[in-house]
Amino acid sequence: MAHGPSSSFKNPVVNWLDQRLPIFTMIQKEYGVFPTPRNFNYFWNFGAIAMIMLVTMIVSGIVLAMHYTPNTNLAFNSVERIMRDVNFGWLIRYIHMNGASFFFIAVYIHIFRGLYYGSYKKPRELLWIIGVVIFLLMMATAFMGYVLPWGQMSFWGATVITNLFSALPLVGQDIVTLLWGGFSVDNPTLNRFFALHYLLPFVIAAVVFLHVAALHITGSNNPLGVEPKGPQDTLPFHPYYTVKDSFGTVVYLAIFAAFVFYAPNFFGEPDNYIQANPMVTPPHIVPEWYFLPYYAILRSITFDISIPFTGLKLIEAKLGGVIAMFGSIAILFILPWLDTSPVRSARFRPIFKKGILAFLVAFFLLMYVGAQTADAAWHLGGLEIPLVYVGQFATLVYFGFFLSLPFVGLIEKPLPLPASIAKPVLGGGASAAGATAKPMEKA
Amino acid sequence: MADTTQTAGHGPGSGSHSGGDPSRRDFIYLAAAATGVVGAAVTVWPFIDSLNPAADTLALASTDVDLAPVQVGQSITVTWRGKPVFIRHRTPEEIKSATDVNVSELRDPQKDADRAKKPEWLVVVGICTHLGCIPLGQKNSDPRGEYGGWFCPCHGSVYDTSGRIRKGPAPRNLEVPSYAFKTDTSIRIG
Repeated sequence: MAHGPSSSFKNPVVNWLDQRLPIFTMIQKEYGVFPTPRNFNYFWNFGAIAMIMLVTMIVSGIVLAMHYTPNTNLAFNSVERIMRDVNFGWLIRYIHMNGASFFFIAVYIHIFRGLYYGSYKKPRELLWIIGVVIFLLMMATAFMGYVLPWGQMSFWGATVITNLFSALPLVGQDIVTLLWGGFSVDNPTLNRFFALHYLLPFVIAAVVFLHVAALHITGSNNPLGVEPKGPQDTLPFHPYYTVKDSFGTVVYLAIFAAFVFYAPNFFGEPDNYIQANPMVTPPHIVPEWYFLPYYAILRSITFDISIPFTGLKLIEAKLGGVIAMFGSIAILFILPWLDTSPVRSARFRPIFKKGILAFLVAFFLLMYVGAQTADAAWHLGGLEIPLVYVGQFATLVYFGFFLSLPFVGLIEKPLPLPASIAKPVLGGGASAAGATAKPMEKA
Repeated sequence: MADTTQTAGHGPGSGSHSGGDPSRRDFIYLAAAATGVVGAAVTVWPFIDSLNPAADTLALASTDVDLAPVQVGQSITVTWRGKPVFIRHRTPEEIKSATDVNVSELRDPQKDADRAKKPEWLVVVGICTHLGCIPLGQKNSDPRGEYGGWFCPCHGSVYDTSGRIRKGPAPRNLEVPSYAFKTDTSIRIG
């Protein structure tokens, strides 16, 4: 690199810097003139919103860590001290608490947008996989963060989730002891969870960087799922999408602020304001709302899986539940290869569109079932439907959606695709565009 | 690449050039890689093992309990390794219902005699083998399930008066810790 690209910024200081380290050129290329499909809807805000939430969590978290004590005898009181004595401690903690929920809301919408518009398809498979890695890291971070206040739900949530690993054959119990650093969730566990909870957000930030880097190789997908065919199909990222993202972010943060100030404990569990007591289990243990669907899948596997007629048990119910729960996320990794349809956007895929809406309903149903007690039931007139059956049905729909994709791609007859992004955006300008744009009006 | 084309002309065993024999070179590669893997494993192990229970955690691994004040029909909970241990002074009826079971019908078949060193004392770890909740049943006013032992409120597992799983999702009986009677009325757990 004897001769870097010659920079032509007006400011001589910027110019001097850029000739030695071309960050301004890079920002100009990736966020200034970067060609972006012109037809984004507001679903495309949520990547930027998720990034803002990550920054919010890191900033509020670092300040909280300066006041928090990771010791089983002191942790609960140090959090109460943050709430009562530390200047603006209540605000920073409520931002961090609700920030976790709003981070997950943004990411769930972001993932759903990717599913609905087929953003995971070629050539964006790796971009999608990196995204699933971010999601997994987020879940690990959120789980460990929830243990830190050392309330009853912290303790028992940690106990139930770490005990999941005991279902693994042969090495299960040793792994659980290794996770705990003792014979139960205790001080060593709290210390390592704190260390990892501080570390992982920075790992997430690094993987987000890879996610964005991969995005800037392939370019963004768009609501039509048709690749841009030329400059008439794109807009420079700045000012068009910097403004649109900023507007969406401000609206989102306004809703976030409403919860922080007016309903800060809406997403929380009252039991977590009782200090952890290893000798008393709360009558009803529930995870945070963003884990409920997976918790419901875990509890849906109530049966052993055996070889028929031999009575040989292959997989105990407990292990089966754990496999199903992890499988519900792992299946996202192979999604790009499960979906055999060349058409991306659900707007042009009549069967897929119904399937993904059924999947969405199943997801919310699982979220509801996961929040209820294990023996709860629906009473419809004289009929009693145990919720475990509802959960099993929704689990079936959840996996059925993914596993049916190879066949859906084969039997489905997609609607005619528009010739380019520009034509449907401009409406029936040319006579040919009018005909191709028709399916759009329905959608 | 130059080496490989050279050896191709020489044939096996010639070895006139240093490092010219591909099988020797392969061996060196493999040996170096294997040494590297072993070295990495040896380096990583202390960091992983540091997460296992430390010496002071292990030092707290045994608990002495005086059983003399525990009346017939009464249960006590003691802490061992940070976990609750249930000790029940069983009534003759409870012992009878525990021994009168057809063992082959159980999910986790075990005779009562294999679980209690002295029939009147039952010592079990009070942690549900499903997902680690603490079952109810230590107080006479607690729900004990239909087999008179313990009932786990989290997911509805039912244990009998020998701590054996009878109903619900738990896969195994309540664990019996290793313990020994020091005298007739005192035990050491762990």
